[in-house]
Amino acid sequence: MRIKNHPILEFKRGRKVNFTFEGRQMTGYEGEPIAAPLHDAGIMVLRHSIRYNRPRGFFCAIGHCSSCLMEVDGRPNVRVCVEPLKEGMVVRRQKGKGELK
Amino acid sequence: MIETPEVLIIGGGPAGLAAARETVKAGCETVILDDALELGGQLVKQTHKFFGSEMEYAGVRGIWISEKLLAEISDSPNFKYYLHTDASGHYEDGVVTAIYRGEKVLKFKPAKIIIATGATEKTIPFPNNDLPGVYGAGAVQTLMNVYGVLPGKRGLMVGAGNIGLIVSYQLRQAGVEVACIVEALDKIGGYWVHASKIARLGVPILTRTTITEALGKEQVTGAIITDIDENWQPIPGTERDVECDFICLAVGLSPLSDLLRLAECEMVYVPELGGEVPYRNDEMETTTAGVYVAGDAGGIEEASSAMIEGALAGLSAANSLGKSIPDFGERKNGFLAELENLRSGPIGSHIREGLSKCVLKEK
Repeated sequence: MRIKNHPILEFKRGRKVNFTFEGRQMTGYEGEPIAAPLHDAGIMVLRHSIRYNRPRGFFCAIGHCSSCLMEVDGRPNVRVCVEPLKEGMVVRRQKGKGELK
Repeated sequence: MIETPEVLIIGGGPAGLAAARETVKAGCETVILDDALELGGQLVKQTHKFFGSEMEYAGVRGIWISEKLLAEISDSPNFKYYLHTDASGHYEDGVVTAIYRGEKVLKFKPAKIIIATGATEKTIPFPNNDLPGVYGAGAVQTLMNVYGVLPGKRGLMVGAGNIGLIVSYQLRQAGVEVACIVEALDKIGGYWVHASKIARLGVPILTRTTITEALGKEQVTGAIITDIDENWQPIPGTERDVECDFICLAVGLSPLSDLLRLAECEMVYVPELGGEVPYRNDEMETTTAGVYVAGDAGGIEEASSAMIEGALAGLSAANSLGKSIPDFGERKNGFLAELENLRSGPIGSHIREGLSKCVLKEK
């Protein structure tokens, strides 16, 4: 969910753009991290751990913890908490360590 | 191509921006590298007014401080910065490498380096602490105050230090419920001014209490909290469920010291400062000549002292580059006096103790 009214903050959002998550049509704001519109849409599971296949979500928000690695436009291990959203991006939950194509 | 700025500052938070203000004003060609999408570090997430003195922008909300710092230098021709850029290496010949937007390698050979990389959040062990919906408190601030996205409807806050208290208040500002704050210590660690704001809103702060399990399969659906005894052991029979859809961990920070180690700065483990920190002299220079440290990277404190340390490191780096700073001695002593003031009294005692283990009298 997005914050609509805040007593102190105003949110300067970019233009609306479309992207897909696991084939599903999504919208977000250009330039915000990919994790923001995913979280807004209630998508909490961003990947599964390599060894025990446990669900992993947003954790540190600053690109340090590796919890949010996803496949973006075919590129694996993208830290979606710091990767800016662009029109037409294709975002997927990667399998295991991901594969370089 | 290799860039050769006079000063390279790694990290554009309170310490890095304050350092840049000094080096840019002294006429040094200055470059800041920051891994985030905007400058300001954690300042851009702080909705509360700072205290301290005018030197640290007392009375100004954190979110505006980085803009004020930046406004002083942003038009200067000798200043530039790279965002979304991770400093990735420091080599024997003094070259720093960085990865620009995840794609391109940049190289720098600066005369002076100021490492102001800040801190990383700690976590604590409990079953299911890896479930989606368990967040670092800083992550919740980022999600909520920078991107304007709510972390959930009702949260459990773990830790009643300043970050736990401040983020709880920020959650309430954004319209999110806070079930309670649990704190393993027998007292509230943060400032009472922040604790009082939370208490007035009716959020219980439970001391000698900790989280013992996060509940849920795919994401957090609740938590179990338990009283603990003097030996930090859970007291059987005191377990109770907390209804929440996210858990926020505010259990401390560690200095982000990787680059300092790469630069071969001599390090020392100082628990009072949150982990491994570099030895430094009274001008913030480490044991590696020309490499300075400022802010949380040199020991966990808070944003006001980070700004003063940054300014001190910037001023000292400019001075050692031979820039004309007629009142150098006076300004340096002014910064040192301000730091001493911020660290005075009982609240600053652990900082003073910590610094006594890593500040070198003679380099």
